[in-house]
Amino acid sequence: MKLIFMFVILAFAALLGHAAPAQLSEVQARHLLLRSGFAPTQAQVRQWVGQSAETAVADIVAAAKTAHTLHPSPDFVSAPPPPAPRLLETREQRMAWRQGQLREGQELKAWWVREMVESPTPLAERMTLFWHGHFATSQQKVVRSQAMWQQHQLLRSQALGNFAALLHAVAKDPAMLAYLDGATSRKEAPNENFAREVMELFTLGEASQGGGYSEQDVREAARAFTGWSVERDDFSFRLRPAFHDGGSKQLFGHSGTFDGDAALNLMLEQPAAARFITARLWREFVSPAAQGAEFDAIAAHFRASGYDIGTVLRDLLLADAFWAPDNRGALIKSPVELVVGAVRQFGLNPPLTLPLVQKSAQLGQNLLVPPNVKGWPGYTDWIDATRLLERKRFAEQLFRGVDAMPQGQQSVAQFLAGYGGHADREPDALVRTRLEAALLPVPPTQPIAAGTVGVAWLRSLMLDPAYQLK
Amino acid sequence: MTRMQRRHLLRLGSGLTGAALLAAHAPGWAQAVGRRASGAADRILILVELKGGNDGLNTVVPYADPLYTQLRPTLAVPAGDVLRLDERTGLHPELKPLLAFWERKELAIVQGVGYPQPNLSHFRSIEIWDTASNSGEYLADGWLARGMKAGLAARAAFTAEGVRIGSSDFGPLAGARAVSLNNPEAFVNDARLASPHDAPGNAALQHLLRVEADVSQAADGLRAAPYAFTTSFPAGAFGNGVRAASQVVASQRGRGGIPVITLTLGSFDTHQNQAGQHANLLRQLAEGLAALRSALTEVDAWDRTVVMTFSEFGRRARQNQSNGTDHGTAAPHFIAGGAVRGGLYGRAPELARLDGVQNLAYSTDFRQLYAGIAKDWWGVDAERVVRGRYEPLRFLNT
Repeated sequence: MKLIFMFVILAFAALLGHAAPAQLSEVQARHLLLRSGFAPTQAQVRQWVGQSAETAVADIVAAAKTAHTLHPSPDFVSAPPPPAPRLLETREQRMAWRQGQLREGQELKAWWVREMVESPTPLAERMTLFWHGHFATSQQKVVRSQAMWQQHQLLRSQALGNFAALLHAVAKDPAMLAYLDGATSRKEAPNENFAREVMELFTLGEASQGGGYSEQDVREAARAFTGWSVERDDFSFRLRPAFHDGGSKQLFGHSGTFDGDAALNLMLEQPAAARFITARLWREFVSPAAQGAEFDAIAAHFRASGYDIGTVLRDLLLADAFWAPDNRGALIKSPVELVVGAVRQFGLNPPLTLPLVQKSAQLGQNLLVPPNVKGWPGYTDWIDATRLLERKRFAEQLFRGVDAMPQGQQSVAQFLAGYGGHADREPDALVRTRLEAALLPVPPTQPIAAGTVGVAWLRSLMLDPAYQLK
Repeated sequence: MTRMQRRHLLRLGSGLTGAALLAAHAPGWAQAVGRRASGAADRILILVELKGGNDGLNTVVPYADPLYTQLRPTLAVPAGDVLRLDERTGLHPELKPLLAFWERKELAIVQGVGYPQPNLSHFRSIEIWDTASNSGEYLADGWLARGMKAGLAARAAFTAEGVRIGSSDFGPLAGARAVSLNNPEAFVNDARLASPHDAPGNAALQHLLRVEADVSQAADGLRAAPYAFTTSFPAGAFGNGVRAASQVVASQRGRGGIPVITLTLGSFDTHQNQAGQHANLLRQLAEGLAALRSALTEVDAWDRTVVMTFSEFGRRARQNQSNGTDHGTAAPHFIAGGAVRGGLYGRAPELARLDGVQNLAYSTDFRQLYAGIAKDWWGVDAERVVRGRYEPLRFLNT
């Protein structure tokens, strides 16, 4: 076994590190920051110019591993939870309870987006968001805001930790147990929902796409997970031995009296697991095509590392494919990346973040309410006719100085000045080149009409389809 | 012209290659209505996706089968409540608005729709339905896109090949020149921000440019004052979708036409406490379809419209311990429209012949429904659309 790991690591070392730049140019530094976080400011880009990619990536990952949040938790977190809905007598009371929980969910989202807007460690925020999409759980079904908060904290705490530990914790997370019906699954009638999704979406991928499991495995795993439930009143995790099927099971060709943890360990032993998770991360950070020798090596290294998330992130951010000029702008910004990125890059500092939450939802990424357990499919799926137009409306309205962004006009003037431009003048060729590079990862696809000045010019640039890319 | 006359003409004109060829060169339907039967280019298919997997047994209820109540001790719809269609089959009481369709013989109910080696994952199974693939096969294009390529696209200068209302992905329209929208007026207004142009670049950029061009073309074709329907549309997301679909149809008077509209309703993924949620969804479906029929009749379009439901799967025959039902297989589907030949199709569910996981056997392949649309509604080669020989189900008056 050790020999295999040695081989993997050597093969890996041989494959990596050719294209990662020894001295980051401005374009390269911006690419790294945009991909590993949100659209950077000019000052953030300059901080890394001239340093090696290796140093920059190591620093960014290390900082994200020790990240902490900036703002106190929303008030509802420390308030005593309201009585459980089963204790409420009327339909009106239950409706009011649900409305209250969803309102608190909005507070959580606004708090989260505030962290994203201000965080000095944007990779930690991106990874928390990534795991939220991966272990998609919707408050529409869970309802309880405290449970959504607990799950959020779990994703945050392991965002750059260990995937195996994260998987085990998510499987016992009350919000997940409620979302995928594990909480009510019992040996007489095991509910297959969680067992199926944990294989198909959380660890191995679709059975017919190399996941390497059968319908029989799904049914047997469902038996193994019986008994993982939640306490009715405080909604904490509870093991209910009377619900658990302790009988012998056949799983991935092994037989034993597996419980849920044993079933998860068997999944993590499958060769498909590291490849599936690495592929998802690759498509998030590197390019739409997760394949090839470099991909194989990174997935093998992830497995050999015992599923250390920091390791796989460092590998991905230093991969040749990550630095290949052809892959610059090959991905599409998610709604949250678009909205948070614009606010950060232009230094808009909005007094309220709820409008940003709502804008992202309108663009197809409603935090805490992913469309289904598969999460947000991403990439070209972010862009259809409706959403593309909504994205453009966002760009059009951004600097209008409306209630949500009272600082809009002032900030944009400062932004332009930083690149040598003026709010009321047409940018000259040099300023144009600088602004294009700051906002678009690939050249603009359309010329901007001559005579367009300052803010209008910037707005036109943001209406270019290239602005949607990262 | 009376409704009956129109219907008669429609019967004469549809499904004939000659008529289809003629239609290829005919102008929009404004000129056509009243002079000839609607050609394939004027026809509309409205698909309604019942997202999450609809429980067929509680939709079209085998109320006389004693096994039904045994398998559903708390969930069975009481025999006294079902809307009886015959001595053994009835509708869920919340589907009452569909009885008017049934009585006019405008509602086909196809029972036992499914496919071999059923997949019980939502995502995979809906992909199979969307792409009309075999269970183990992965296709990129939706079946509607293949219908376009099989000849429908060439029949007219369509405003858009499809309009997807209220959905985040293109599903069966993947690969077609389709746009998604929630409200046609807002769409047209916002479309000023898009401009059709070409540029070299990666696949993501090409996708963006394609959507920009589709937006511009669709907006040009959808720009119209909203039609003042006297129909009142139900409140809620599905009712709004039905309203938008009706506006889209009305806007095409004298325009290029839009051959496919898709709507979604859900979630039908009722693993827990199913009864109330399911009743509520079926009510929304029936009220929405009734409003759609009324609105499209107002704009003389009901006779050239076929509405068809689909869903990734039905649900397990035996209820689970949470007063819900788990993922299943075969289920009934509805096909409605002025040109539809009403009645029951397929075989009633055989509750005594469940498979190893307590699931129903299918009796009609879903591709037979699609083949029926391809052959009799569009007049294109059904085998190109469903990729193989599937006996077209003849639910249209041809």
